[in-house]
Amino acid sequence: MKNLKSGNEILYSGRIYTARDQAHKRLVEAIKSGRRLPINLKGAIIYYCGPTKTPKGRVIGSCGPTTSSRMDEFTPDLLKAGVKAIIGKGRRSKDVAAALKKYKAVYFLAYAGLGALISKHVKSRRPVAYIDLGPEAIYELEVVDLPLIVGVDSKGRSIYGSQ
Amino acid sequence: MRYVKAGKIKETVARLCLEANFNLRPDVLEALKRAYISEGNRRAKRILKATIDNARIAKKDKLAICQDTGMPVVFVELGQDVHIKSGLLTDAINKGVESGYNKGFLRNSIVADPVLRGKSGYQPAVIHTEIVKGNRIKLTVLPKGFGCENKGRVRMFNPTVGMAKIKEFVLEVVKKAGPDACPPFVVGIGIGGTQDYACLLAKKALLHKLKAKSEKLKTMEQDLLKEINKLNIGPMGLGGKTTALAVNVEKYPTHIAGLPVCVNISCHATRSATTII
Repeated sequence: MKNLKSGNEILYSGRIYTARDQAHKRLVEAIKSGRRLPINLKGAIIYYCGPTKTPKGRVIGSCGPTTSSRMDEFTPDLLKAGVKAIIGKGRRSKDVAAALKKYKAVYFLAYAGLGALISKHVKSRRPVAYIDLGPEAIYELEVVDLPLIVGVDSKGRSIYGSQ
Repeated sequence: MRYVKAGKIKETVARLCLEANFNLRPDVLEALKRAYISEGNRRAKRILKATIDNARIAKKDKLAICQDTGMPVVFVELGQDVHIKSGLLTDAINKGVESGYNKGFLRNSIVADPVLRGKSGYQPAVIHTEIVKGNRIKLTVLPKGFGCENKGRVRMFNPTVGMAKIKEFVLEVVKKAGPDACPPFVVGIGIGGTQDYACLLAKKALLHKLKAKSEKLKTMEQDLLKEINKLNIGPMGLGGKTTALAVNVEKYPTHIAGLPVCVNISCHATRSATTII
């Protein structure tokens, strides 16, 4: 992870957790009040994604990334709690870039708006927390060869330049 | 007088929701293919290829083109010689949305309260009804994703500004939308009317066929498209000359004291489906 540079393209296989707006709000509230977290954030990869419902006979529905900047205010707290990588789409704030550098974590871009194509890389899906949030619940996904582009590397360098 | 049953409207809306979410509009797909051919940036070309593949997979497997199946916006052109029987028009549309989204395993993205949020569901839709001549009903479903909807802007200009200021504003909105709103965009622009009406015009402009340009607005639309595509934002904001697929403008008369301009950004998955009952 440390050797990746912004702009590098990789194929990722392994476990990731979906979490977007409301799940972030809850996770950060839990961290701040010292409550037990529903997932282990140490070394975790977070994917900003709220999939569609799962059609019969499939592992998952359409499942592309959502706009990352909405999660900017929560991201430094999650990185501090041990998150190692984030997957989303679009730009990040300066604070997020600084936090990625500080905690040696990486922000990846997934193909934006290509949820049908991305669903082909998901081999399993398991709901793990905040099920009441529906599409915003946390799911554990097992992905194979998921195409990713390094958006901000662990030195805080962004593919979009400094903004 | 012609009678149309509310049930017929419900069924039709349900079908349109599925069609719009699974089958990328032919004019949008064509524009993506043209962009793929003319794009010179290698990474941009690769992303455009994946975007075209995505549309093919969605259609073949009946999967949503994008997981953000949008807030359904429904346009109704209701002939004034039609009488709707056995139910309300609004209820029929919302029931149609519920049924279509449910059947298609689409995403329940609508929260009942914008501030308190709460559990999400499929509807209500945003419905725009216009009474027109005749005894038919034209229904259009435009599922609008919020990655791009969040980036729209409206500005009330002084009536003395010229085209240059409007252009500057449009470019500023596109730049701010940048990589976050899933370029290449379809840019809808509404000029005139009142503040609210300019926004409706901008949304309606997204429905124009991307290649069929009205003679009156053609120059303005093509000029803006050229300027936007010089911004080097490109697919996913990673560079290239494909930042927008089209710029569509709708105009309306306005007041001597004002010049409302609204820009509605729509992502590369600009989806809609239309039929006439």
